[in-house]
Amino acid sequence: MPATFTRHPVEIERKDTGIGGKPPLDRRPTGGGGDGDNWENRPSGRRGPRELLTRYRLGVLFALAGDLMFFVALVSAFFVRQSAGHFDARENYVSDWHPLAMPPILWINTAILILSSLTMEMARRQLFHEIDVMDEWLGLGRPAVKRATPWLVATFVLGSVFLAGQWIAWEQLVQQGFRYNSPDPSSHFFYLITGTHGIHLLLGVIALAAAFGALFVLRRIELRQIVVDCTAWYWHTMGLFWIFLFALLVCFQ
Amino acid sequence: MRVFTTNHRALGILYLLLALAAVIAGTLLSLVMRVHRVWPDLALPFFGTIKPEDYLALVTMHGTLMIFFVLTTAPQIGFANLVLPEQIGARSMAFPRLNAAAFWLTALALLVLLAAFFVPQGAPISGWTSYPPLSAVAAAGPGEGAGMDLWLMSIGIFCLASWLGAVNMLVTILSERRAGMTWSRLPMTVWAWLVTSILTLLVFSELLAAIILLFSDRHFGSSFFVPQGDLVNGHIVGHGDGSPLLWLHLFWFFGHPEVYIAVLPGMGLATSLFANFARRRVPGYRLMAAMLLVIGLLGLVVWGHHMFVSGMNPYAGTAFALTTMAIAIPSTVEVLGWLTILWGGRLRLTTPMLFALGFLSFFIAGGLTGPILAQPVLDAYLHNTFFVVAHFHLVMAMAGVFSVFAGVYYWFPLMTRRMMNETLGKLHFWITLIAAYGTFFPMHFSGLAGEPRHYERLAGPITSFSAIAANERGITFSALLLASAQLIFLWNVFASARRGRVAEANPWEATTLEWAPEMARARVERGPYEYEILANETNFHPQWELASKQE
Amino acid sequence: MPVHVILLDAVRVAQSPTWMPSDGALHGPALDHLMRWNLIALCLCFLAAHAWLVAAILRRRKSTQATAPKALPWIILTALCAMYVWMAVIAQRLWAENRFAGPAPEAMQVEVVGEQFQWYFRYPGEDAAFGITRPELVNAAGGNPLGLDARDARGKDDVVSSVLVLPVGREADLRLRSLDVIHGFFIPGMRLKENAVPGLVLHVHFTPSVIGTYPILCSQVCGSGHARMQAMLSVVSPAEFQAWLAARERARIQEGAP
Repeated sequence: MPATFTRHPVEIERKDTGIGGKPPLDRRPTGGGGDGDNWENRPSGRRGPRELLTRYRLGVLFALAGDLMFFVALVSAFFVRQSAGHFDARENYVSDWHPLAMPPILWINTAILILSSLTMEMARRQLFHEIDVMDEWLGLGRPAVKRATPWLVATFVLGSVFLAGQWIAWEQLVQQGFRYNSPDPSSHFFYLITGTHGIHLLLGVIALAAAFGALFVLRRIELRQIVVDCTAWYWHTMGLFWIFLFALLVCFQ
Repeated sequence: MRVFTTNHRALGILYLLLALAAVIAGTLLSLVMRVHRVWPDLALPFFGTIKPEDYLALVTMHGTLMIFFVLTTAPQIGFANLVLPEQIGARSMAFPRLNAAAFWLTALALLVLLAAFFVPQGAPISGWTSYPPLSAVAAAGPGEGAGMDLWLMSIGIFCLASWLGAVNMLVTILSERRAGMTWSRLPMTVWAWLVTSILTLLVFSELLAAIILLFSDRHFGSSFFVPQGDLVNGHIVGHGDGSPLLWLHLFWFFGHPEVYIAVLPGMGLATSLFANFARRRVPGYRLMAAMLLVIGLLGLVVWGHHMFVSGMNPYAGTAFALTTMAIAIPSTVEVLGWLTILWGGRLRLTTPMLFALGFLSFFIAGGLTGPILAQPVLDAYLHNTFFVVAHFHLVMAMAGVFSVFAGVYYWFPLMTRRMMNETLGKLHFWITLIAAYGTFFPMHFSGLAGEPRHYERLAGPITSFSAIAANERGITFSALLLASAQLIFLWNVFASARRGRVAEANPWEATTLEWAPEMARARVERGPYEYEILANETNFHPQWELASKQE
Repeated sequence: MPVHVILLDAVRVAQSPTWMPSDGALHGPALDHLMRWNLIALCLCFLAAHAWLVAAILRRRKSTQATAPKALPWIILTALCAMYVWMAVIAQRLWAENRFAGPAPEAMQVEVVGEQFQWYFRYPGEDAAFGITRPELVNAAGGNPLGLDARDARGKDDVVSSVLVLPVGREADLRLRSLDVIHGFFIPGMRLKENAVPGLVLHVHFTPSVIGTYPILCSQVCGSGHARMQAMLSVVSPAEFQAWLAARERARIQEGAP
């Protein structure tokens, strides 16, 4: 993307000495030097191999920032609700918050989700393995995709197992008598928190499936990288959110 | 133009048309309200006699339509779609299909909202702020059943649409700027859209969470907002320790930044138009851009000033009072900045410039009552009186609407390659300005006399109401005049689109890139407002011109 | 309503430099004073800003004409900031006086209960204690609009009224409650406003200092009857108040259980 600050122009000092002139002089305050990928001040389309990727990553970042605010709102409601109570007939302050015991399967689910983040990251890195990327770009087969595929499938499987595990946790709670409609606020929050996270993860699993299909449909290696990369960052974020939400449910009731 | 177009300029026009539909509906509702207040027993054509709950439904839908579907769409994403890519030198938005999806979701949200009028018991009556338990219990009032559910669904969809739109705008501004378009060369409109996009991203997702919690209270037996033992209409509906105050906090954390989202784009546009039509550079460009950022940031920590007398801890009241008073400072800097541009310029009083000046006038008028309302002890008298109604109509509604008018008159040549009629424009401006002041300024006095909001008629033991009856009549006549004057605008828009004077390229002699000729694809080397070269008002450097060595 | 009362009131409202109804509370004059100065200051700012604006529009600038000194906007900004700080500080002092400290221990306790669309006022009676109320016992038609629990002895002498009567010169501490939705308890003549939130008991205290009647309005939209949810505050001499309260308490004892 373009430079943040307007920089001093490079001064080209040429004096006609009659022999061939002097080399250009770089009078920039910091002495100039390399420009790395030379992001700065290049026209659109000429900003380097990761231009499109950066744009999509930014999009995912901002979308997730909004999503984070959504969860922040739920979490603050959670804390406020916990401390709410009323005066009963004997003028005692009673709270109707009864901490919900976490079904133990949630611990297993958490471990599975963390594992799935690892496999997701492996998949993402395979797709950025430079030698294979070069081969694909040259049209010599799809070695990067071949490397990434098993990891992608593993993530899909682990994600689905997580979702199944969450469902089982819900069934266990229902059997203990805690439905969403029961008057118990801690059960409301449990279902709300795990439910919204679960919906987000389901969308992630669907995205994984779509990314998997896209790997075989998309023609450009750049786009294949973007699809898997964005899905990966979304996946990691959902994993991170889950760790915080789970810690909330376990430690802060 | 295909229906599901991804062309940003077409989408911009679609957004403006959506806002137009919403503002027509909202204005009609407000006229019915105003007529009812003066002649309460009058049977209106099509509406019949207005019952008390009808009046409250009118108030609720008027506020919802205007704030969400007019002031959060047109100045922000409507105009941005029209000119943002061009202003930063990009070919299109970062995510054109996402952009289109955001529009169609907004349109769906509007349809769902309007459907609330047609369900049994009609539209909700709890105001645009929908405080529970009134909004949480269907039995608490007519319209709080299906009507309230539709309201919640509509605003929920709107939240999703805003989220998508904000993501698109932020990525566009960050990564689609042309080579050379550094932050200090951005037009002020882009700065304003940047700040509002950040605010939109943060607060609409938070509102969505609150809406889901309220929906859950209404249908899934939860008790986030309904307290224990809440007794409505003879039935105990509260089964858990919910807190209505929680909704107030959640809503106003969204609600206050929302009003800045409504007014900040107008502030950026005002700076641009003043520079253009005063033929001056912006003397404090960096300061003014920074002030937009500061207003946005501070706007996130002042929400409690809507809750001084709502049961909040008085110490929290003091804290919010201080942050709210602090926001007066960057706003004052902005106003002084504008006045400075104007003082040193040679003004061209074209219609867009007149509306920008009108924006400034309303911003000053409405903004100055802010510090009064920011003081909790005074707000303890003025809260929910017509003083507050005057304040936000002047500073947000009229200023916001004037900025939309300014934008439409200004960018009309870009949309249609024709100019709008200047005479009609000036007539529109003057009548609207006078009628708007005539409508909203007297409300200050009603508020000081103690007149509360949301009263469908003024009756009962309070005798100071009879003293302001004349006030009410004057306001209603002004409002009718205000609404009628907009017909001039509508005629002007549609007639000029067909038969207006053909516009030359860059008819306003502007410097910003949306006016650049097609072939200008070079890197940007100039600032956004390089007017007044060599103290000569006709000499200016458009931003698409290359910098020459003579400078 | 007798015409002359309306006219007198209109005159009173118009005469009051701030258009506010005449004030009857102890903290009122300070608040009115603050309001008046705020309005004057901000009105002057409005006029000055518009004078600058209009002058800028009418000005015809030649290209070499000197502009205003560059420091002028900064001077104005500093002056305005000083004004904002002054406003905030003075207002905070008043707010702290009114709200930070609780009522005096000898303040009179009255409970205010809002319900769609009626205000009820409850006096604790001889024992100076409020009886327990339960929502399931609310029965307005049966004479128990607040749901007083007959099993609680403290409630036997509670007086429920639909008019708020207070003695002049004595601090009153109001307990605000609501049975159903959020209502706003607003007495313009006492410069008093606070919401009545269901699930919370909120306290406001003030001292009525002028004998008279003051309308009570609902200031938070609460349903279709919001506009007619009005009541009266009647400030009377202490002797009159004692007489009224004693009569009501006798009637209460006579009628026995709710």
